[in-house]
Amino acid sequence: MTSSPDSTPVAGPAPLPPGRGSGPTRVVLVDDHAMFRSGVRTELGGAVSIVGEAADAPSAIEVVLSTKPDVVLLDVHLPGGGGVAVLTAVLAREPDIRFLALSVSDAAEDVIGVIRAGARGYVTKAITGPELVAAIRRVGEGDAVFSPRLAGFVLDAFAGIDIAAVDEELDTLTPREREVLRLIARGYAYKEVAKELFISVKTVETHVSAVLRKLQLSNRHQLTRWATERRLV
Amino acid sequence: MTTIDAAPPRYRRAQEDKLLAGVCAGLALHLRVDVNAVRIALVLLSAIGGFGLLVYAALWVIVPQEKPETAAAPGLAAAERLGLRPARRRRFAVGDAGQLLAFAMLALGLAVLFQTTSFGVNPVIFWPSVVVAVGVFLIWRQSDESDPDTSAAGRGPAGLGFGWWRGGWRLRIRVAIGAALVVAGLVGFVAASGRLAVAGDVVVGVAITVVGVLLVGGPWLLRIVRELRDERTERALSQQQADVAAHLHDSVLQTLALIQRQASDPREVVRLARSQERDLRGWLYGAPTSPDASLKVALERVAAEVEEQHGVPVETVMVGDCPVDPAVRALVQAAREALVNAAVHSQAERVDLYAEVEGDEVVAFVRDRGVGFDPDAIADGRMGVRGSIIERMQRHGGAATVRSTTGNGAEVRLTIKVAPDPHRAGSRQ
Repeated sequence: MTSSPDSTPVAGPAPLPPGRGSGPTRVVLVDDHAMFRSGVRTELGGAVSIVGEAADAPSAIEVVLSTKPDVVLLDVHLPGGGGVAVLTAVLAREPDIRFLALSVSDAAEDVIGVIRAGARGYVTKAITGPELVAAIRRVGEGDAVFSPRLAGFVLDAFAGIDIAAVDEELDTLTPREREVLRLIARGYAYKEVAKELFISVKTVETHVSAVLRKLQLSNRHQLTRWATERRLV
Repeated sequence: MTTIDAAPPRYRRAQEDKLLAGVCAGLALHLRVDVNAVRIALVLLSAIGGFGLLVYAALWVIVPQEKPETAAAPGLAAAERLGLRPARRRRFAVGDAGQLLAFAMLALGLAVLFQTTSFGVNPVIFWPSVVVAVGVFLIWRQSDESDPDTSAAGRGPAGLGFGWWRGGWRLRIRVAIGAALVVAGLVGFVAASGRLAVAGDVVVGVAITVVGVLLVGGPWLLRIVRELRDERTERALSQQQADVAAHLHDSVLQTLALIQRQASDPREVVRLARSQERDLRGWLYGAPTSPDASLKVALERVAAEVEEQHGVPVETVMVGDCPVDPAVRALVQAAREALVNAAVHSQAERVDLYAEVEGDEVVAFVRDRGVGFDPDAIADGRMGVRGSIIERMQRHGGAATVRSTTGNGAEVRLTIKVAPDPHRAGSRQ
């Protein structure tokens, strides 16, 4: 995965907090394994500035609310209620802080769970340093980060819907969104997806963000049930 | 008689579509009738002197609760116990509450109507009974919810039905309300029947006896309860520890030993670590592998084999699933060949495998970001692509296309038709 060039203007609907866009992305690291935190710290190097760390949900909420970072790198399994507890507590007070979920667990319930709680992306801990930096930057710019696996889960979650029975635009994916997700599931980077479909990277990002929004807002009970019943790893 | 393809499910109180205790929903599943028909029948029975209510209460006590069908994978269950992830909790939806209220009102209305006929029950008995019944239902519902299997995480095993006491203030309030209703109903009955003075003596007598029994046998009873609970906890714990120890010994220790021996070969170390990771991950977070092999299981096995033999990670993503028939098996084998090709020739760092079941078609993609090749220039001698992939797919009525340019990696697309599975198609709606 290659990152978008630095010259890309950072634009978002939310007013930019001081520091965003000018300096390196400010990141808070939340993980209960100290060894993993120090590993990530070394890997991220100078690419981002790590302004805080936390090892459990209550301290994470405190650190994130006091430092107000651009991006929180959040472990899914965390003492004190898991990553979901941090997401709900922080987003209720600071809806502009962006979360990138990070986990060794590939369980569909966990992945869909953190996304529905408000995370803007999901990557596994096996991700390489440069890929992680690119993902952090993308989330910091307000875009969504879908790994192939997450794209697969989403396609599965929205699969088999009786279109006639769907009355909400939120509850179904458009053919174009489906196409984009399929390519991501096949291992295509955003840039490659754009090239394949003859659209711009920005359009790909728009589609992915739309899918993220549907995933978070749809109340379709099959979707919730899917997340708890299906175990696709 | 019409043919029945499978034995009806055993009668268990259902957890899925229940309104109160799952008595009706479970019965409907068992008898294969509509759940609302059962509910309305019961409501009608209840109106006739409360007979239906007695039936309901009896079934509630006698019929065991359905066990949750999917036990969490060990890793997820452990994370839940330690509070590392939010516990799953069943919400009592608003729609359910409305429906329950509707049925209750219907039953009550019919009962009151029935009271106006000459067959009505003596009102002195009727109204207190209604109050007592509501109270009893409130309490019983709590004891259902605080079942050890469904109790919230992190509170430890609940012992002997007293789990509701640990279930937080909300449960306690509901139990208190229930108890108050029962007492109010009983007192109301006694007062209305004008036997308050007599009842007073009886209550005092019973209370004195109970206190006496508690004083004599209390400590002993308490110890038995505690011992039973401890024993149960201990047994569960030691079994879990044995499982974990066995698994760690078998797989992780072996791999660690191998890694130490191969420390000079980084590629081999990565391969070992990766295969151990896959194994642990499958054990911790994986679904229990279904006995009937499905496309998903088959593809994951193939991906693991290729990873093992060639040391290149294979990312597998799967959407939908289907049973393996000869055509699907051909697709799996062709995918395996494509994976091996990519692992051996492409020099890519990882290979992506994606498969999707859509209607009656299975599509699979094997993609790498390696050196690529010119598909038109495949020599006839390269049996891999031509014979094992393209021709194999064609023999089974499918198709394979290879897309690659030098320097841009390669992608193999495999499609095949499968026989539509009526059972699955029905269950997806």
